[in-house]
Amino acid sequence: MPLSWLVIIVLAVSAVGYYLGRSRALAAAGGNSRDLHSLPSYYGANVLMKIIVPAFGVMVIWLLAQPLIIDRSVASMIPPSEIDEGASIGLVMAEVNRTAEGIRNAVAEGTMSREMAEDGRAEFVDFTQRLKDAGQIVTSNLSATIVRAAQRTNEMVAAGNMYMTALVLLIAAAGLGWGVKEAKPLFRARNVVEQGIRALLIGAASIAILTTIGIVFSLAFNTVEFFRLYNAWDFLFGVEWAPSFSGRGGSSSLGVIPLLWGTFYISIVALAVAIPVGLFAAIYLSEYASPKVRAFAKPMLEILAGIPTIVYGLFALLTVGPLLVEIFGEGGWLGVNWQGGGRAVMTAGIVMGIMLIPFVSSLSDDIINAVPQSMRDGSYGIGATQSETIRQVVIPAALPGIVGAILLAASRAIGETMIVVLGAGAAARLSLNPFEAMTTVTAKIVSQLTGDSDFASPEALVAFALGMTLFILTLCLNVIALVIVRKYREQYD
Amino acid sequence: MSDATIDPVTQPAPKRSSLHQTDARTRKRNAAEKRFKAYGICAIAVGIFFLVVLAVSIIRSGLPAFTQTVVSVEFTMTQDQFDAAEGELFKTKAYSAFFNNALVETLKEKGLEVESDAKAFERILGKTGGTLREFYRANPDELGKEVDFELSASSRVDGYMNGRLTRDNMEDSRFLEAADLDIVDAMITAGIIKETFNWNFITGADSGVDNPGGAGIGASVVGSFFMMLVVLCLSLPIGVAASIYLEEFAPQNKFTDLIEVNISNLAAVPSIVFGILGLAVFIQFMHLPQSAPLVGGLVLTLMTLPTIIISTRASLKAVPPSIRDAALGLGASRMQAVFHHVLPLAMPGILTGTIIGLAQALGETAPLLLIGMVGFVARGYPEGFISGFTDPNSAMPAQIYTWAARADVGFYEKAWGGIIILLIFLLTMNILAVILRRRFERRW
Repeated sequence: MPLSWLVIIVLAVSAVGYYLGRSRALAAAGGNSRDLHSLPSYYGANVLMKIIVPAFGVMVIWLLAQPLIIDRSVASMIPPSEIDEGASIGLVMAEVNRTAEGIRNAVAEGTMSREMAEDGRAEFVDFTQRLKDAGQIVTSNLSATIVRAAQRTNEMVAAGNMYMTALVLLIAAAGLGWGVKEAKPLFRARNVVEQGIRALLIGAASIAILTTIGIVFSLAFNTVEFFRLYNAWDFLFGVEWAPSFSGRGGSSSLGVIPLLWGTFYISIVALAVAIPVGLFAAIYLSEYASPKVRAFAKPMLEILAGIPTIVYGLFALLTVGPLLVEIFGEGGWLGVNWQGGGRAVMTAGIVMGIMLIPFVSSLSDDIINAVPQSMRDGSYGIGATQSETIRQVVIPAALPGIVGAILLAASRAIGETMIVVLGAGAAARLSLNPFEAMTTVTAKIVSQLTGDSDFASPEALVAFALGMTLFILTLCLNVIALVIVRKYREQYD
Repeated sequence: MSDATIDPVTQPAPKRSSLHQTDARTRKRNAAEKRFKAYGICAIAVGIFFLVVLAVSIIRSGLPAFTQTVVSVEFTMTQDQFDAAEGELFKTKAYSAFFNNALVETLKEKGLEVESDAKAFERILGKTGGTLREFYRANPDELGKEVDFELSASSRVDGYMNGRLTRDNMEDSRFLEAADLDIVDAMITAGIIKETFNWNFITGADSGVDNPGGAGIGASVVGSFFMMLVVLCLSLPIGVAASIYLEEFAPQNKFTDLIEVNISNLAAVPSIVFGILGLAVFIQFMHLPQSAPLVGGLVLTLMTLPTIIISTRASLKAVPPSIRDAALGLGASRMQAVFHHVLPLAMPGILTGTIIGLAQALGETAPLLLIGMVGFVARGYPEGFISGFTDPNSAMPAQIYTWAARADVGFYEKAWGGIIILLIFLLTMNILAVILRRRFERRW
């Protein structure tokens, strides 16, 4: 029975349950709902909850656990000799799963009979040929072991689905019985239902924690795996980045230092653009601008924050890069030959700076506005001009908050991906020249993980270690920034 | 520091000056004031200047993607020609030859001599033979009648027509040679080549790496649509539920603090980290299909949840406590007070925040790179509603990135054009949010 049918049946049962619970409670009160503890619908909702929650809960857990258990038991069927040199059990299992799916599809299409699909002694060549005819196989030669393992997988999946269906239906029926039995006038249905809803709300709120745990675990597991294959010291302090996808590691140098340098260099250039522009814009908007100018300029600047980063990436690659080459490149306006190609630290840095302007400006704007007016008035009172007041009173008072805003912008810059992927280049370099192409942590995560489905090699796993580095870096910056901003807010509250 | 400690003799004698005459120091201070103000104006001007440059370069580079160059030729094929062509070994080549002759004739009628070079015509018009053969085999009764063919020109000719390619900056290649431009010029003079609106770009699917002209963004718009559907259906209920708990029910304890800290941190985690999470959890661990809008939607849901929670909490907080008190006073439970009274009043704000969160998710690219939505050539539309979620597809930003990463410069134009479409969607969503806010916002 397909999954969708099971879901529909459970939903139907719960609808019946709702109706039964409601009418039974009403009947027990002699049709007078005022004799019930709760509104009649709560008795129905109680039954509904008792059917849906356990039934779907079991279903989801089963669906998550089943592939893992089947994989484990089928993997034990494959002898180590079956695994090719350079491959891993994971690859073989992927092959098995593909074949199993192929067999299922072939049966569904009718190119293969059900008996044959299940026959453990089926003639092997014919079997493969039929799968190929059905257009289900990409690889040319399947080994007998893989076909048998695939058949075993299918058997177990079929059996598992049957058990699951039976169990879920049983639970739904039990829930129905339980809920309906409870539907009596004195039963506090509303309290029970509201407890349930409350649990649901808590569950939704906990997703934030689950996400963080998910991030930490998915990074940590794979990072540990990576450090098993590659020396942690060499990763953290290696000054060369040269992955080779030819062998099983060994010849690759995967040092993170050049990537971190590229990341910081580009971020510094970006902040050098964003801080002065953003800060002065914030000062002007909060201290000088008339309400009209403010109503126009503030949203205009904030549009810059709403533009997707892919647009900035393309802008860097196709507009700013060529423009910079025209200025600083060979035969350019300045007559210097500093920049070879469009992709460079400057290209990515400037464009990222543009992206960060609204971050700096709107955060600083809020913070400058939070400085109490009395401090300004005091300064004016002793004869300071407006700019002197701003420089010597407002900015020092707002400084912690502004630093927090800048740190948040820096964390954005470090984690930014699309601009550097498109604008900064792919070569990992340790160089001081801002007109050279360099690469960053985020760009390398993308290049190491795209188009590669095998997560067993150190070249792919290194991306998780890079992700971990990035996560820790930005987390530290964010926490510091948040603490500073919060402390500052309290100061004037 | 009282005045008594200062020796009155060393005090400089106060300068006599008039308030009507500004002294040097005041002038300096006033100049500094003016400078400082000018810096501020400059900063704003720089910001707006960047915005304008960005807008201009998007529009200027993207608009050509919406037009295509077509050559319209009236062509008659007789039954004899058809039979002769079908008898040949290279059938489409024979068709091309007939067509090229007709083209040269057409130009000659208008007094323009061009050399009949099959290769040159192929470079300009692509493989015309195949199109013709398909047409005549499908409509044999059109044989012997005059048919008006509109054939799209190659992307290089397209570039020549809209000024991207000029005689000065072009290099001879297997795609186009300088001599071919003479033929194109002749066609322009004859008026048989023209620019039309490229509907295929909006409705079509992606093409192969060597055919920028045929690439369309339609399929990836559909992919994005399914992804946004997943994001909407998951993040709105979860986000609202989480906000209601945190704003209305959560006790002041360690657990609540933990959730709050997590939410504010997740809001600042780089989007690519969510991509890694999606890759490890949804694809590596749960074996969901790669490149599927479902997985993309799940990842983007996790990413937008903090945004939605933050804005939802703000709008719940804006509902005055008197509403809750009134409901409680009439005997409602806290749950009823929230769901029957507070939530409906906060709904406009929640929807506004959700739309803005969706707009942010729609433009997000980095996580999609990691779950395999890039490099995938989305050649067609999904077949059904369910397969729309599970079949591999692209999404708008991923499609734009794919085009930007391709070697053929013809795709750059498509990438800019894709950005225009993407920005139109974002603009629409944001305007909708602003209208919602203006229309339904209530000040208490």
